[in-house]
Amino acid sequence: MDKTSQPVIRVRDLDLSYDDYPVMRDLNFSVNKGDIFVVMGGSGCGKSTLLKVLIGLKEPAKGEVLYDGVNFWAQDETSRQDMMRRFGVLYQSGALWSSLTVGENVALPLQLYSKLSAGQVEEMVELKLALVGLSGYAEFYPAQISGGMRKRAGLARAIALDPDIIFFDEPSSGLDPLSGRLLDDLILQLRDTLGATIVVVTHELASIFAVGTNAVLLDAESKSMIAAGSPKDLLTNSRDPRVIQFLTRGQKQGVN
Amino acid sequence: MPLNKLSFDCPSSNTLRVKLSGDWKIFAGLPSESEVISQLNSHKDITQLTFDLSEIGEWDSGLASFLFHLIRECRKRNVIINHQGLPAGAEKLISLALKVHEKEIPRREEQLSFLEKVADKVLHLVSSTLILVSFLGEIAIAFWRLVKGKAYFRRDELMTILRRCGADAFALVSLISLLVGMILAFIGAIQLRLFGAQIFIANIVGIAMVRVMGAVMTGVLMSGRTGASFAAELGLMQTNDEIDALQTLGISPVEFLVMPRVLALVIMMPLLTIYADFMGILGGLFVSTTMLGLNPVEYWQHTQSAVKLSNLWVGLIHSFVFGIIVAVAGCLRGIKCARSAEAVGEATTSAVVSGITGIVIATAIITFICQVLGV
Repeated sequence: MDKTSQPVIRVRDLDLSYDDYPVMRDLNFSVNKGDIFVVMGGSGCGKSTLLKVLIGLKEPAKGEVLYDGVNFWAQDETSRQDMMRRFGVLYQSGALWSSLTVGENVALPLQLYSKLSAGQVEEMVELKLALVGLSGYAEFYPAQISGGMRKRAGLARAIALDPDIIFFDEPSSGLDPLSGRLLDDLILQLRDTLGATIVVVTHELASIFAVGTNAVLLDAESKSMIAAGSPKDLLTNSRDPRVIQFLTRGQKQGVN
Repeated sequence: MPLNKLSFDCPSSNTLRVKLSGDWKIFAGLPSESEVISQLNSHKDITQLTFDLSEIGEWDSGLASFLFHLIRECRKRNVIINHQGLPAGAEKLISLALKVHEKEIPRREEQLSFLEKVADKVLHLVSSTLILVSFLGEIAIAFWRLVKGKAYFRRDELMTILRRCGADAFALVSLISLLVGMILAFIGAIQLRLFGAQIFIANIVGIAMVRVMGAVMTGVLMSGRTGASFAAELGLMQTNDEIDALQTLGISPVEFLVMPRVLALVIMMPLLTIYADFMGILGGLFVSTTMLGLNPVEYWQHTQSAVKLSNLWVGLIHSFVFGIIVAVAGCLRGIKCARSAEAVGEATTSAVVSGITGIVIATAIITFICQVLGV
């Protein structure tokens, strides 16, 4: 198959478990290049477990995850690590390394994997911090900046190596509405400027409708994926009451 | 405040009327619904329950709780409940509580038999040992990569940890070893005075401190201080996804986080132990000269002749091994910590307990080996 015509990520018959307890069965979806793909679902439905499987932190119970047609979990660890270098991940809390300054956090992946000189790394760090609106914060430690800034710094680190795919775990959680909105705008800008494919795991409806071009909805009760498509289409066209309830915060009951 | 009261009557043969009066509030204490249930049990022909709340005073969720449990019991017995007469607020609360379906609960504490508990503990012990062995293996690989210059290692991090577990622990090590030296001198003096051989206090304090006590006391201190801080630090990093962030970047947490800590303790422990030995001897000297009237020069000469170089080597081997034990216990507990505040607390406690237990076991083994080798 031609590499450009196949999806960037393809999930096939994926089963997820948490400590041997099954949380999700038979997940099947594809993410195309340039998509902002949203994994939606209520708390405890397995969204974060799915993210861990996608970014290589947790082996799936069953099934395949293919990146550009390559079966991720069938690779040996070294090849998997190489594939993981294409990813950028923004964790829910930002997950900045607390013993390093903001600048050192962003510089670390560059020092490890790029061939840039020390001066170039410094310039690159400045650029990435400027992209997320944190110019001048390189010398600060994570404990000295606000929660929203930590998230943006985490994003600067996630995009340090110009990843092909950026994963966001609950990007707007814990942020005030305005900061959440700014982060959503940043996600859109990054997709357009870096040309990256973006996967967002969230249950924040405002974010889902603001950024999502495609989505799947996971349901904890049936342990399965109950909807797939653009969030706006799902809202107007879905006839599944669970989907309507989720997308309208339960204000509409949906049609049976 | 009128006292709450519960009474019953049967308006017809198949109906039980429950009459509630007075104030039904949590702070006033409440009658139990078991009184109504025993009425239901004794009158098997009752199929309907009605309420008379005409004389009820003030109420809060105490009333709702009483009614909620009563209604659930009635449902089990297929007794029809007539909600008429219930305060509207209480009825809303009850219907809200009854609406919650009991969902499938993933894991529940199972009641295990004695044999199952024993088997569970044995399996846990086996898996913990395997985890420890694999962790030691990872450290060995990381060390080998470091020697070959392939490991990702931050010298600044090592220097910071060296300062934290070395210079910052100085005052505590000084105080404790000085006191241990003084205690040893006092205990020795009680016995040796009987034979007029007080001067041998120098031998006892010198050999005990240099051979084992200096290292053991420093090890225990470092376990409580540094081992606990390693576990808490790494445990918190685990809860903040910082370790996941390292892994997704292909950085080994063992190289990045564990190696500098193990190296720092392995370097610092022998140095702190030599210092502790010296402070202990100083403590003994202080007690012997000021309280027992011994000559300080004579005391020092006795110490020099009693403490052989082999004693110092044995002490340093102890401290080296203790450094590894304390660092590995702290880092392992931290890295394997679950993602909650409680788990970080448990990891810290467990790091200290395993560290001190490891120190005692290692001391016994090293002492036995020295005995066999005649060192």
